Amino acid sequence: MSYLADIFLIALSAALINNFVLYYFVGICPFVGVSKRVEMAVGMGCAVTFVMTIAAFLCWIITTFILMPGAPLSKWIAGFFVPANVAAGIDLTILSYIVYIFAIASSVQFVEMYVRKFFPALYRSFGVFLPLITTNCAILFACLTIMSKIVGVDNPADAWDLGRSLTLAIFGGVGFTIAIVIMGGIREDLELCDIPKPFQGVAITLIVGGILAMAFMGFTGVDVGLRNAIMPL
Amino acid sequence: MADQPTATERFIQGILPENPVYRQMLGLCPVLAITNNMKAAITMAASVTFVLFCANVVTSLIRNLLKPHLRIVVFTLTIATFVTIADRLLAAYLYQMSKTLGPYIPLIIVNCIIICRCEVCASKQSIFIAGSDALGQSLGFALALSSIAAVREILGTGMFFELRVLPAAWPDWVIMALPPGAFLTFGVMLAAVNWISSKKEKN
Repeated sequence: MSYLADIFLIALSAALINNFVLYYFVGICPFVGVSKRVEMAVGMGCAVTFVMTIAAFLCWIITTFILMPGAPLSKWIAGFFVPANVAAGIDLTILSYIVYIFAIASSVQFVEMYVRKFFPALYRSFGVFLPLITTNCAILFACLTIMSKIVGVDNPADAWDLGRSLTLAIFGGVGFTIAIVIMGGIREDLELCDIPKPFQGVAITLIVGGILAMAFMGFTGVDVGLRNAIMPL
Repeated sequence: MADQPTATERFIQGILPENPVYRQMLGLCPVLAITNNMKAAITMAASVTFVLFCANVVTSLIRNLLKPHLRIVVFTLTIATFVTIADRLLAAYLYQMSKTLGPYIPLIIVNCIIICRCEVCASKQSIFIAGSDALGQSLGFALALSSIAAVREILGTGMFFELRVLPAAWPDWVIMALPPGAFLTFGVMLAAVNWISSKKEKN
């Protein structure tokens, strides 16, 4: 019960309350760049959600089995070369950034190849968005959040399992899609408006984004209230 | 090309005419995320300067060895290495600040400014030009970051570098320190920059 409630709260928080775009400001570049049409926005949102889920899966596995202090795989390999008590303390988290960016770049590459081979129609609709995703900060941000929930906790029992990590990634992607689709809809209508010249283009997009962020601020505190309601202390 | 810009010209171009934030619209995540006070903004700008300079110099040194289809991967790994160094240095010497900046330091890896400069400039130019280009671009980035941070910190808390500049009776515009303030400030500043440059062009 409490596990399900936890999953539900993580999902709600990632999608709405702490929206990746409007609260943490990650993935601003596609938010500004590819939100001119609703269809493009939907395509970008789906591609990001897809890649984010795969990257989060890889990232959780790599962190848990290789990078974190005393991780089983690195302990086993190091056990051949150094005494067991030294091998148990091996901490590879310093390599995490390099490993994550490599994991993201290669998963984008593999997803692209797979989709092109088996779902040509989907590939055509994703178009140029897939390769662009490598440099999307939202993906790396999801990986880093998951890492901080595995490595950064004091009590090993509190470390996130695969289910929680995947929930964060999927609903983070859903939140990204919600934000970018709303933005696409607003921008389609904005084209018919008489905007002062200096504001045309990115400037008005940012101001609309500010108003959207204000609207999303309305969700602040919902997660704490729900947590107290579901699991009274 | 006969008139390749010299090192000095590249340095000056990065500051205003080709400002990475206001003109090229690159690296917007840190611009919005950590500009609610000056100290964080300056630290962020310094980290970006360090990473951009080192990455540009290294890329320029290895430019003749790069294979075209692998270059983006090489750039990214170079950048990730220097970001790790910057992150560890911050955690060692400015622990509180590195807690405040949190995930935004590692996110420098995917900051488009750095990859863009490696691709456009450093992979084609000599080390001296690449270095001065990096310094110019990061100075422009620092200027953009601190201009937004100054507005947000003064309006949001009435303070500047944590020193009070507005009278204590100033009602803090809390919204300026929160996420919406970042979007609004940057949008208005961008419009102002567009307006000023369009005036200049007319004259």
